[in-house]
Parts: sequence; structure tokens; C-alpha cells
Amino acid sequence: MATPLVVSEVFKSFTMHLRDGIKLPVVNDVNFSVASGECVVLGGPSGIGKSSILKMLYGNYAVDAGQILVDHKDRLVDIAGADPRTILDVRRHTMGYVSQFLRTVPRVAALDVVAEPLVARGVEAPEAREKASGLLAKLNLPRELWSLPPATFSGGEQQRVNIARGFITSHRILLLDEPTASLDAVNRRVVVEMIAKKKREGVALLGIFHDEEVREAVADRVLDVSQFSPRKAVAA
Amino acid sequence: MPIDKESLAMTDTPLLKVSGVSKFYGNRIGCKDVSFELWPGEVLAIVGESGSGKTTLLNCLSTRLMPTAGSVEYRMRDGNFRDLYHMSEAERRFLMRTDWGFVHQNPADGLRMTVSAGANVGERLMAIGDRHYGRIRETASDWLARVEIGTDRIDDQPRAFSGGMRQRLQIARNLVTGPRLVFMDEPTGGLDVSVQARLLDLVRGLVNDLGLSAIVVTHDLAVARLLSHRMMVMKDGHVIEHGLTDRVLDDPREPYTQLLVSSILQV
Repeated sequence: MATPLVVSEVFKSFTMHLRDGIKLPVVNDVNFSVASGECVVLGGPSGIGKSSILKMLYGNYAVDAGQILVDHKDRLVDIAGADPRTILDVRRHTMGYVSQFLRTVPRVAALDVVAEPLVARGVEAPEAREKASGLLAKLNLPRELWSLPPATFSGGEQQRVNIARGFITSHRILLLDEPTASLDAVNRRVVVEMIAKKKREGVALLGIFHDEEVREAVADRVLDVSQFSPRKAVAA
Repeated sequence: MPIDKESLAMTDTPLLKVSGVSKFYGNRIGCKDVSFELWPGEVLAIVGESGSGKTTLLNCLSTRLMPTAGSVEYRMRDGNFRDLYHMSEAERRFLMRTDWGFVHQNPADGLRMTVSAGANVGERLMAIGDRHYGRIRETASDWLARVEIGTDRIDDQPRAFSGGMRQRLQIARNLVTGPRLVFMDEPTGGLDVSVQARLLDLVRGLVNDLGLSAIVVTHDLAVARLLSHRMMVMKDGHVIEHGLTDRVLDDPREPYTQLLVSSILQV
């Protein structure tokens, strides 16, 4: 089975220059990989570095040492050392990300927020909107909201827009940061079904799910992030 | 409006190559030893506080100010790179009028305040040889609509426009010739926040639709986040941090960048 994502010996810390340069270690020696068609769930208590790992993979956080290898357009890209242009190309074509919160842009309609990743890949706007409509309908977002900017939506409505935006493309790798946190039971089940479909399509998924029921339903294995925690190393 | 396929295909040729650009005012540093490449379809934000050298750098890049040292090479439409400071004045002017745009912080610096809005837009078309009055007026009217200025205002002078409208008119004037590179100096400076949001959204849409490359100077990190792919942080004339916009804002590495990011007021 193909393995589009390999994380190898990754270290991450924050240096707080405004706090006398204190160094906060986040994770040490992170090693794992995700295969096509597999959903790996990052486990462990809050503050252990789960979201930080996703942000490093997506290029939002820099990496102190190690490699994050992504199979991008039939070549290996190391996100840890890639230039911004390459990271943006990886985001456009290979790696998607559903963040915890939607970063809203004033005046852009929910439907266009969802369609945008497809348009960025060169799909014509009507076709992209068509697909966006399908996803928003599946996620039970009331139709009268589609043409409104999501800034004023409730938490759960924004999250569904965010999920639709993350799932609209056929990226080979998908990172999910608590996509079901503020959803009701019905919509949680919709998301579980969408994840299952991605798995059948051979997408490699890596996610954080605090909801036990969802985790049980989607995880092929749980990766305990506390094994990478520098705090544990100090205590031991 | 088609997307610029060039930017999607990740061409291996940059549009602009900047190496070792420095500008000194006597002994004082304006900007020092700045090097980077700008790619087709890419938006670069230059951020930093007043006096950090960002406007000096922008002016050096756009040939409005002669750098003390360094070179700026631009890929012409024929595919060849030309050093901007080895061109004749006439060639540089032609480039600025056709292939480039420059959006000033103060619209009065980029507009002719005593001619009509339509003429402000049409003038750039005439500069590249268009002489057909009807067609010029039609294009001007089309562009006014795209920047959300009612076409019934086409014969009004920008003196009679609000600050936000003037800025949108300036943008239309710059984009009408289909430039490949646009420089913007604090495009939202001095505007009310609600007017800013509208302008930002407009600029963002136009940049995406037209596949433009842009270099945007701003002291507003929210503007940088919304518009740019990549970000350069300047302090005392030096580029102290440079990277993917998300990375610089989410995980700032340098003390000064951390100070900037932590100083943003939360609402």
C-alpha cells in the first residue's frame, strides 16, 4: 500500500523571545507514517502537541529538526525544508486541512468559500459551485445560508462550511483538527460517513477527534502523542 | 474570468529577481542587502513599522528610487530578463504604464483629480495606443463596475469621491491594462475599517481572478494574512524574517516578529 505521508525524527519547540527567551519544548523525535486508505487518529490529553503536529505537517509551524515527507506529484517533498511556493503547491494539490475554526473572509459567500479550493486548482466556477452545493446539502446546512458570508454563522454552521471546503477536493492526504467538535449527532454521522468514503478512495487521513464515538468509528489506529512529549522524558 | 494557468503550473521561472538591493541616504540605511524572487501569481507582503524601510524597498523595486547597490531583474513578456536599472528611462516608463501597476496609499498621488473617473481609467489605455473612444469608454465603464463604482459616476471627478471610492478608482486605473505585476503601498491605510474590508475583498478577488503578482507594503498584519502568500518582515532596513505568511504569523521566530504578532489587538 502506498504511504503518501512519512514523519521522521521531528522535533519542535517554541522560543519565547519576549519572555527572556525561554524555550518551550513541544514534541521530540516524532516518527510515524500514514498509508493510503488509512485513518490515523492522534491521541493523548490536551496540550500534548496534537494540533502542533498537524500544523507542522501543513507548514504553519516551522520544524526544529527532522523530515516531513509528502508524496507530491510523484516526487517526495520535505515540508520541513520546502520553500513557501512548494508548500502552497502541496496544499493546492496534495494535502488538505480542516482546521478547528474557519477563518472567515468578509463578504465571501459560504458557497464560494467551499468552492475556492477547486477553483484554485483550475476547475471552472459553475462546476465547483455545483460540487460545493452537493456537500453543503449533505451536511444539512440550510440553503438560505449558502449565499451569505459565514462570519455570522453559528459555530456548528461554520464548522460544516469548513468541512465541506476541506473535503471538496480529491487531495491524497487530509488533516482533520477536531472537525466534529461542535456538531450535533446527525451531522457527526454525516462526517463519519464522509471520512469512510475518503478512506475507500485511498486518501490518507490524519486527525484529532475528542469525541469517542467518532474516533471509534473512523480510526484504523490511534497514535499516542504523549510518547513524543518532552515533559514525559523529563519526568522519567 | 480564467485563472492564470502559468501560476497553477508552477513555472520554474520567476517574474522578478531581486539581489542585494541596498539604499543609503547618506550614512543612514534605507534598506540593506535585500534579495528575493517573486513568482507569477504570487503575492508578497512586506511588513514592518514606520521607518523600517519597507516603502524605500518598494520604491527601489518599482524604479521610483534608484538603489545604491544591487540589481532588480524583470522577466519581460518576451521571456527575457532585463535589469531595470540598465533600461532607458523611456523603456522603464513604458513598463510602468503597461505591464505594471502602482497603487499609492493616498489615491490623490495615483489619480488625476481634475479629470473624470472614466478618463482616469481610459488614460492608461490610451497610453498603450488605444484610440477608439467608444471602446475606451466601454472598458472604463466595465472596470468601474468591477470596482463597484456606479457607472453613473463615470463623468464625475475623483475630487467628488469618498476615500474608499478613490482608492477603488485607483485600482481600476492600474488594472485596466492587464498588468502582470502590481505594487501597493499601504492600500488600505487611512480608510475606515468597513471600507477597508470591502477594498481588501475586492483586491483579493481581482488578484485571484487575474493571476496577478503583487508586492504589498503594509503595517497591518491582518491585511498581510488576507492577501499574501509570502511575507517579509523588515526592521531597521533589514529583512529579519521571511517565509510563508501562515508560518510567519503562526510561528514567528525572530524576537521582533514575535513582538509584532503579539501586539495585535484581539476583537
